[in-house]
Amino acid sequence: MKDLLQAPINGELPDERGRFGAFGGRYVPETLVPAFERLEQGVRDHLHEASFQKEFRRELREWVGRPTALTLAPRLSTLWGTEVWLKREDLAHTGAHKVNNAIGQAILAKRLGANRVIAETGAGQHGVAAAAACARVGLPCSVYMGAVDIERQAPNVDRMRRLGAEVIAVESGDKTLRAAIDEALREWVTDPTGIYYLLGSAVGAHPYPYLVRELQKVIGEEARQQMLDQAGALPHAAFACVGGGSNAIGLFYPLLGDDIELIGVEAGGTGDGLGENAATLATGTPGVLQGAYTIILQNEDGQVQETHSISAGLDYSGVGPEHAMLQATGRVKYVSARDDEALEALEELCAAEGILTALETAHAYAYARKWSQSNPGKRILIGNSGRGDKDMPTLTKYPARPRTHAST
Amino acid sequence: MQAHERLTAAIRAANKNGRTALVPFITAGYPEPADFIDTLRAIAAFGDVVELGIPFSDPMADGMTIQRSSFIALQKGVNLKWIFEQLDAAGEIEAPLVMMSYLNPLLAFGYEKLARRAASAGVCGFIVPDLPFEESADLRVALEAEGLGLIQLVTPATPDERLSMLAKASRGFVYAVTITGITGGDAGLPSGLAAYLDKVAAMSELPVCAGFGIRAAADVANVGKHAAGAIVGSALVEVLEKNADPAAYLESLRG
Repeated sequence: MKDLLQAPINGELPDERGRFGAFGGRYVPETLVPAFERLEQGVRDHLHEASFQKEFRRELREWVGRPTALTLAPRLSTLWGTEVWLKREDLAHTGAHKVNNAIGQAILAKRLGANRVIAETGAGQHGVAAAAACARVGLPCSVYMGAVDIERQAPNVDRMRRLGAEVIAVESGDKTLRAAIDEALREWVTDPTGIYYLLGSAVGAHPYPYLVRELQKVIGEEARQQMLDQAGALPHAAFACVGGGSNAIGLFYPLLGDDIELIGVEAGGTGDGLGENAATLATGTPGVLQGAYTIILQNEDGQVQETHSISAGLDYSGVGPEHAMLQATGRVKYVSARDDEALEALEELCAAEGILTALETAHAYAYARKWSQSNPGKRILIGNSGRGDKDMPTLTKYPARPRTHAST
Repeated sequence: MQAHERLTAAIRAANKNGRTALVPFITAGYPEPADFIDTLRAIAAFGDVVELGIPFSDPMADGMTIQRSSFIALQKGVNLKWIFEQLDAAGEIEAPLVMMSYLNPLLAFGYEKLARRAASAGVCGFIVPDLPFEESADLRVALEAEGLGLIQLVTPATPDERLSMLAKASRGFVYAVTITGITGGDAGLPSGLAAYLDKVAAMSELPVCAGFGIRAAADVANVGKHAAGAIVGSALVEVLEKNADPAAYLESLRG
């Protein structure tokens, strides 16, 4: 256990078999094995090579708009009795952290000679980011999206199409993110050499969890330095929402070696029962889903369970294997926040700081608020992973409280 | 004779009789759990080996037909425990059985218990489409302790060196996927099929069975020139879906 606490800090994981401790690995159909081996080799050849990094950093700066701001939230701080700092991934191009990974992998796809890109999307944020990144590097892009998600994230569907992507509705399985990944994998199998699969979260078979983390760790690297520069100290605790876990691993990974309490917040949905939430780490068990041995929501027969969350981006039955390992070692604590708590937190943040955050992100606020009540006077950092404009169709179902400001 | 050698023997026996071995696939308990053993017996009368699909919530290598059958079987409560109980009660089945399952239901069942239960229920081997050889050591050890085999799949995308390694590692037979794609396609068999199957056969000491995209007698005859057996999955499940007679369909495949 001690090694597993130190190894991630030293950057030693995943190991050569793609394992984070017991978790991870590569469980894919034989047709895709050569494709994964090529991808792994491609990652090894390009990811940390100078010209790739130069192009990636330039695109992050000039196209994504990084570094994103670190914002002190003074009114929220007063309300909560803590000093609250926000890492503003909502200010990144296309409105969420997803774009960091999308542009990195799009550059990689180009270098690996792919002739087209496929991607899956849940909330549509990764789909939009992938569509934009593919347009930027000049590759055609097809996005698989569950029919249920297409309905609840309509604005993003239109955005993807305008960005030149083909959006394919997935009617199989649970018709959400999990089915979209299955369908993208089925498509990849038809042309494993020509297609590049641009996976959007730190999930799936090796090397994706590693690749996505390496492309997202810019969040935590920037936030760490900005905390030192602007707050004069590191935070006592950092919070991020966890679906597959890409924004959380991006924020947490560079902070693992610091004395900071790290807390991942999953979707608690409407309750604790199986199928009522997407609190994978809190209530799941080990199993293999979509390429990795990780913690998943399943019944006793090993059938993967459908999930519920108000936020499409957290509505997933699995979680990245690195998070499973970080939970097993105790380095990161994983908790959940319910739909109604997330909605309430979203509204509070909107009114207090003028920031409409994504429903996914609102889960991190909901728990951070609770944590603050029992830890007054601390300094905290929240990964504000995306903006909430895309959630307007959902939010309209929960009318805003009427406010009266003018004197009558 | 080890259980997995029964698979090899059944395929070779068909070949010795001048036939291409027929390996029909059904999703266990589909379309009606109550008819499972009757359907299995009807199919085993024509099949030299029968492949039993274990339903799974995320069948990522399967097309719509098998996804649908899998989903319906799950909804009707089919699981491994039930399948083993049905097989126990049925007694002798005419053809040796292999189980096709994604990994997670097997993990949940427990490998050692799985191997014991499968062996006592007359199952001779497993096909696990999301378990590449590199991750398969634990399951192979557990199965082989009971004489069962893990059947390896090779595909047109498999490089020669890997193909040779997989052919050696396989037990029972080698499963040669005919296309780069998922099950249930209707694009026909690819043009380079003969050369590919000849290559797999040359690299393998075990008989080679070809699967994916085999729907009609002509397909069976076509792959039969280059492979020891033909695996028929989605097309047979479609017959069951339409409530048509699976035996008549399988008979038609013999040409």
